[in-house]
Amino acid sequence: MTAVREVAAPAEPRPPTRTRQVNAAARWARRAPLLPALIFTIVVTQLPFVATLIISLMRWNSLDPANRGFAGIDNYTAVFTDPDLRSAIGTTVVLTATVVLVSLLLGLGLALLLDRKFAGRGLVRTMLIAPFLVVPVAAALLWKHALYNPEYGLFNGVLTWLFGADAPQPEWISGMPLLAVEASLVWQWTPFMMLILLAGLQSRPQDAVEAARIDGATAWQVFRYLTLPHLRQYLELGALLGSIYVVQNFDAVFTITSGGLGTANLPYTIYQTFYQAHDYGQASAAGVVVVIGSIIIATFALRVVSSLLREEVRG
Amino acid sequence: MNRIWGVVAWFAGLLFFAPVAWMVLTSLHSEPDAATNPPSLAAPITFDSYAGFFDSEPWPPLINSLSASIGSTVLVLLLAIPAAYALSIKKVEKWSDVLFFFLSTKMLPVVAGLLPIYLVAQFTGMLDNISFLVVLYTSMNLPIAVWLMRSFLAEVPVEILEAAALDGAGLVTTLRRVVAPVAMPGIAATSLICFIFSWNELLFARVLTGVVAGTAPVYLTGFVTSQGLFLAKVCAAAVVVSLPVLVAGFAAQDKLVQGLSLGAVK
Repeated sequence: MTAVREVAAPAEPRPPTRTRQVNAAARWARRAPLLPALIFTIVVTQLPFVATLIISLMRWNSLDPANRGFAGIDNYTAVFTDPDLRSAIGTTVVLTATVVLVSLLLGLGLALLLDRKFAGRGLVRTMLIAPFLVVPVAAALLWKHALYNPEYGLFNGVLTWLFGADAPQPEWISGMPLLAVEASLVWQWTPFMMLILLAGLQSRPQDAVEAARIDGATAWQVFRYLTLPHLRQYLELGALLGSIYVVQNFDAVFTITSGGLGTANLPYTIYQTFYQAHDYGQASAAGVVVVIGSIIIATFALRVVSSLLREEVRG
Repeated sequence: MNRIWGVVAWFAGLLFFAPVAWMVLTSLHSEPDAATNPPSLAAPITFDSYAGFFDSEPWPPLINSLSASIGSTVLVLLLAIPAAYALSIKKVEKWSDVLFFFLSTKMLPVVAGLLPIYLVAQFTGMLDNISFLVVLYTSMNLPIAVWLMRSFLAEVPVEILEAAALDGAGLVTTLRRVVAPVAMPGIAATSLICFIFSWNELLFARVLTGVVAGTAPVYLTGFVTSQGLFLAKVCAAAVVVSLPVLVAGFAAQDKLVQGLSLGAVK
């Protein structure tokens, strides 16, 4: 469009204004269908973040409305010095890293298994996806009451089956609270990792693998030098998306431990600071800290996704 | 060798599925049979817990969840289809920037916008109101929907669109008569994904709703501190609330990953 206009302009001095108008109109007609979604997204997702940023610089506790005012960076200082909030930052990092790494490794193993042919593969795949399709709160309740409960939960029941009446009966949740939350999340997220990696495995060029086999490469060599490099992008994608979703986890922490026993992560702590302690300023500052952490992860995530998008455009 | 890996895969599948099977089995036992150690696999099957669950007025939360999920899914489609159309078929300048803007909103944690959203709801009298959740769930799902729909609409052949333009079809006619039929499977999958995410959502619902507009996940949080006598009922409630997602999820399992990975994996 622009090229035509530039070529045509010198020859005819008058029409360009009209052409430009038509062009501008056409451009707007092209953009118009996009605008409702764009405006909606900006208003509902971006404005609240701006508001959070502003509130984070304020002294604002709704239980003490008279004392509202500008606080500068006090709330941020509080976030990094308050032992509860500091431990919440640590918990968030440990929880996210553990869940993502373990479910990624398990997902890789399962994807490699499902990539082989065996009887009932479809059924096994369906069974493996099921954990991911249980509503998160329901899954957390299931783990808390039906599996972890020390008196009648399945885990201790199985121990009784295996070792009789004298079997150890651990208190799973109070004995190892963070691990209890992590295990339930690993169970939910492994299927997601498996599905992403399975998609990766199935997009792997088969001829290279065949050629390598003919040349006498062992199964390990094929995995190490062909499969793994091909899967790299998918592993990165799984890790980054997993981090984005698990960092935000609220359901499991809220349900299984109610944030007790050192399992309160940042989303749960922010929820509590604002919903129960009514400290709006401090909750907002903690929120901004989560955003900054997420932006760091997201920068990498966007790079991975954009490399996949470039591949799609090229292909 | 292959047979061994098959056995390993079956073992892993059963292991991962066991908690789900256990949830269903427990929900079908009487309360005393459910809360035994060691567990009683052979205890008689009863639907008492389901009967009890449906007697205890679960309908308002289920209907609230249904309204919030369906309402926001419809709104998402109304906004996402034209946007994806503009981004894929009629390319907007800097279309990839726009696309990445949508994606970037998904990467910011919702908890950081929760307080202002709560204050707006309080100020406008929209606390405990399903319409407010509908708007929020729409913003939550819109980026995923735009990304997914873009990749589906990119598959509509340009020739068909040119032919429609020659016949003088406007935007609405083109979308309805030409694009929609071709992109229908993609629209269906996108709808299922948006439905699942809205149905699962807890944090917003927990903070913004209460007695009137509480959704099914909020209803389930009522069981967080409950004790052993209600184990079968907890499981029955978990099964009923999860059922729509299990059905929708199995129907759209490949597309679900695509949705969760923001359209990056096909």
